[in-house]
Amino acid sequence: MDNFYNTLILLAIDIPMAAAIVLLFGKKLGESVSKIIAGIGFIAPALIAIYLWCSFGDAPKEYGYAYLRSFDLGLHETLGISLTLGLNGISAPLFLLAGLVGVAAGLQAIMSKAERKSTYLLLLLVMQAGLMGVFASVDIFFFYFFHELALIPTFIMIGIWGGFGRRAAAMEMTVYLTLGAMLSLLGLIYIYQATDWEGFNLIALTEYVKANSISEVVQHNIFGLLLFGFGILVSLFPFHSWAPRGYAAAPTANAMLHAGVLKKFGLYGLVQIAAPLVPEGALAWNPVLIWLALGNILIIGLVTIAQRDLKMMIGYSSVMHMGYIFLGIATYTVAGVGGAVILMFAHGLSVALMFVLATAVYQRTGTYDMRAIGGLGMKAPILAGFFVAATMASIGLPGFANFWGEFTIFIALWKNYPWAVAPAVLGVIISAIYGLRASAHIFMGPQTEAFAVASEGKTITDITRAERIPAIILLIGLAMVGLWPRSISESINEQLLTQPVYSPATMASVEQSAKPVAATAEQKEEPAS
Amino acid sequence: MNQQLLTSLSEQYASTNHWAVLWPEIALALLAVLVLLVDLFTGKVKALAVPLVAIVGQIAVLFALLFKASCEFEGSGVLFSGMILPSNLSEVMRIFFVLASILVSWLGMVYLKKQYLPRMEFYCLTLLVTAAMMLLAQSANFVMLFVALETVTIGFYVLVSYGRNSAFSLEGGLKYLVLGGTSTAILLFGIVLLYGIGGNPNLPAHTTDSLNFAALEGFLAANADNFIAKIGVVLVICGICFKIGAVPFQIWIPDVYQGAPTPVTAFLAVSSKAAGFIVLINLVMGPFAPMKELTVPLLSAIAVVTILFGNLTAIGQRNVKRVIGLSGVAHAGYLLLGVVALCKGIELGAWAIIFYLFTYLFGSFAVFGVMAQVAGVDDENQDVDHYIDLARRQPFLAGVLAIGLGSLAGIPPLAGFIGKVFLFIVAFQAELYTLLGAAITGVVISIYYYFGWIREAYYKPQSWPTDKPVQPMQVCVGHKVALAALAIVTVLLGFYQGAFGSGF
Repeated sequence: MDNFYNTLILLAIDIPMAAAIVLLFGKKLGESVSKIIAGIGFIAPALIAIYLWCSFGDAPKEYGYAYLRSFDLGLHETLGISLTLGLNGISAPLFLLAGLVGVAAGLQAIMSKAERKSTYLLLLLVMQAGLMGVFASVDIFFFYFFHELALIPTFIMIGIWGGFGRRAAAMEMTVYLTLGAMLSLLGLIYIYQATDWEGFNLIALTEYVKANSISEVVQHNIFGLLLFGFGILVSLFPFHSWAPRGYAAAPTANAMLHAGVLKKFGLYGLVQIAAPLVPEGALAWNPVLIWLALGNILIIGLVTIAQRDLKMMIGYSSVMHMGYIFLGIATYTVAGVGGAVILMFAHGLSVALMFVLATAVYQRTGTYDMRAIGGLGMKAPILAGFFVAATMASIGLPGFANFWGEFTIFIALWKNYPWAVAPAVLGVIISAIYGLRASAHIFMGPQTEAFAVASEGKTITDITRAERIPAIILLIGLAMVGLWPRSISESINEQLLTQPVYSPATMASVEQSAKPVAATAEQKEEPAS
Repeated sequence: MNQQLLTSLSEQYASTNHWAVLWPEIALALLAVLVLLVDLFTGKVKALAVPLVAIVGQIAVLFALLFKASCEFEGSGVLFSGMILPSNLSEVMRIFFVLASILVSWLGMVYLKKQYLPRMEFYCLTLLVTAAMMLLAQSANFVMLFVALETVTIGFYVLVSYGRNSAFSLEGGLKYLVLGGTSTAILLFGIVLLYGIGGNPNLPAHTTDSLNFAALEGFLAANADNFIAKIGVVLVICGICFKIGAVPFQIWIPDVYQGAPTPVTAFLAVSSKAAGFIVLINLVMGPFAPMKELTVPLLSAIAVVTILFGNLTAIGQRNVKRVIGLSGVAHAGYLLLGVVALCKGIELGAWAIIFYLFTYLFGSFAVFGVMAQVAGVDDENQDVDHYIDLARRQPFLAGVLAIGLGSLAGIPPLAGFIGKVFLFIVAFQAELYTLLGAAITGVVISIYYYFGWIREAYYKPQSWPTDKPVQPMQVCVGHKVALAALAIVTVLLGFYQGAFGSGF
């Protein structure tokens, strides 16, 4: 039985990959066949993710990891790298996120009208395989490897299927993200060095760190490399400029996967790898991280208000929300980091939903310029309903998953950095301003003249099935966690409690402090259930 | 008396001549002769027969080598009076050189089809140069090293100016001749200084056989501070830096790479560079090992400058052969990371270099294969602009090009990435943080020009006239198979390294 689960986790990576290979060699298959193959490639990992998620609680665990399995692909002896797969309390919800957003983006792409569709689906499938791999990897080299595997299709897809300014956007994004990726690679190899060349296996590394201490200077350097490497990949202020332009140019399904899932790579790396392995470095960099995170929230928030282009606005808002997650991580408490992981999950779903709906708006109006649209709600009321719900989720109103993430982060922040709560809450108001204004501009009020001229003689349909299915999948995920947050918070909480760095009296007295944290964390989760 | 001396000498030297050890080199030389004969006697079909004989023969040698490589190597003491010292390293490099030579011959077929040039000499020279490179990898004496290196270089003088109808090719040949001659002189001067000082009876541990690597190592270990010895070491390294194209000996690269026929450019870029690195590995692991106080800073400085120079100058190029040439300079810089680590005693460095060279071979030949197909009659005139919209005209070539360039750029999951990880880890082991910083900067810069090239092939420019008819290109099945094999190996090595990832 054990073997069965272990194989499933490998299949979640292999099925999309195999589907991509079939599409590569089967150019002449015909569109309907290639759609079916791609559909299998997207739906199978989602089903596996849901299934593994449901059985995660009862699965036997080693070092907190369920479904652990290792393969040597040839680099174990020389470099200590082997493909190790498994899920722990933090990675399991994100694995589920990758599955859900993947199936939504995949269905969106299958039903879209992209040119050269089989190549389009092929690249998206490769991306999906990489995303499933990122969160299933226990080996930090493969964690990085799968991230890059998922990143490459992004560059190509923006370049070929992108919108306005795609050539420049693709180039900027490629160079910028390669820089981030290279810095993180150096950081990861630095960890390998600092732990006496034990290997890249996260379990072994954690055990090593428990038994030995890494010098403070080295910890400081490692965390610095990882913070800026991951920071660039996550669009930490002021390294964010690639993100809005890239997302504005990216084709929808690609933007969904990148903004929704792939960008969580860096945050996940900080939570799962960087902070637990080099806690002293993490604390030393903390002041910088908090200020940059506030920069994300306030400065980018104000920039977002100024946007007129819907897709640019979503891009900037996604950069802005990264600020909350960074703030949550910067508290280094179970509650704060737990809130950050919940918000990662929630934001992944909500930003993907926003991209689906923005594309739906574009297909009806022919423009992303919000001032040129108006009164679309009269013609497409259900679309308007979806859009308003997505906006509410993204602002962080109760009932959606984002609320619990932001709420827990604010509480943790209040305990540790009370002065930072005010600007952070101000951010919620900012996001309410631009979110509601966007909904108002697009759906309410009278039709603008430009829109009336553009839509003359055309009948504007309401949301179609092709748009509805991905949107519903994402909304269900958001509402489920929104109404029943314990479903994901429990596993996150359990996992975070095992990591000494996230206890309040950090490192000083690990055993003593573990219990009170558990108690407070439980309290905080109470209103959730 | 003379007669007696000669007999005793010849007995003394000939007793260690185990010719069987050199069977691959001999086989290649015989194959070169066979190619000559085939050209003489086949008449009308020789356009097909000559390359066929050359390639099939080399593939046979390759398989024999692969079969032999899986057996244990028996160290049989002194060979050819200490001229030759086969090692695991040289065994692997033999495979490398034969593989590269096969691919060069294949590119030669594509190139010569478009030119009005003699055919047979090309294959003949390629075979002989490859045999000399194999000897170079095994040489354990400066005499052997110099003779083998000169055989390689002289072969290249001819090959670079092979396109005698093209002024660029002749210009490239002349430049290579002049600068190659200079570098040979520098190398020779270094060797002579080492020979002279090593034989100085006033110094401790002096030796009568100071051209021998092992004897020289003993001498240098005792005289690491000797000024003349230091100059000798520096000059020898300079001579080899010319071969690998490291700054400041890279000035010949852009012009020669552009002028030389595409297969010869590939030969220079891959085999010649690899040969230089093998010599460098043999030297820093052998005779120059005691001099690491000198070689580490020297090679580190060269590496940093080489990486930055190669990448920064490649950005502005439009001619793809120059891009490949200058990016090859940068690759030499990355490889120097491994050499410096090796100087500092990290033995994994040698394997990291070899792994990287193999990934570089597959990636480069994938790119050169596409270049040879896309090139017109004017071989030196290959611009990035010629690749505009290649994805529509010939999607297969565009795919192979993207994989090849991606691997050279070091993008996962392609082989080049694993090669770079190998080098980075080795550099970390040797604590070469400055070099790592330079390498990372270089990799990020290189993304710009590699992706600039891919971008031309894939992303339709926004102002592209839509009415222009798309001209499909024809690529015959044999070439497709070869290109696909290179691409598949490049992808596979990125995912699964197997025994190849586990070192010697």
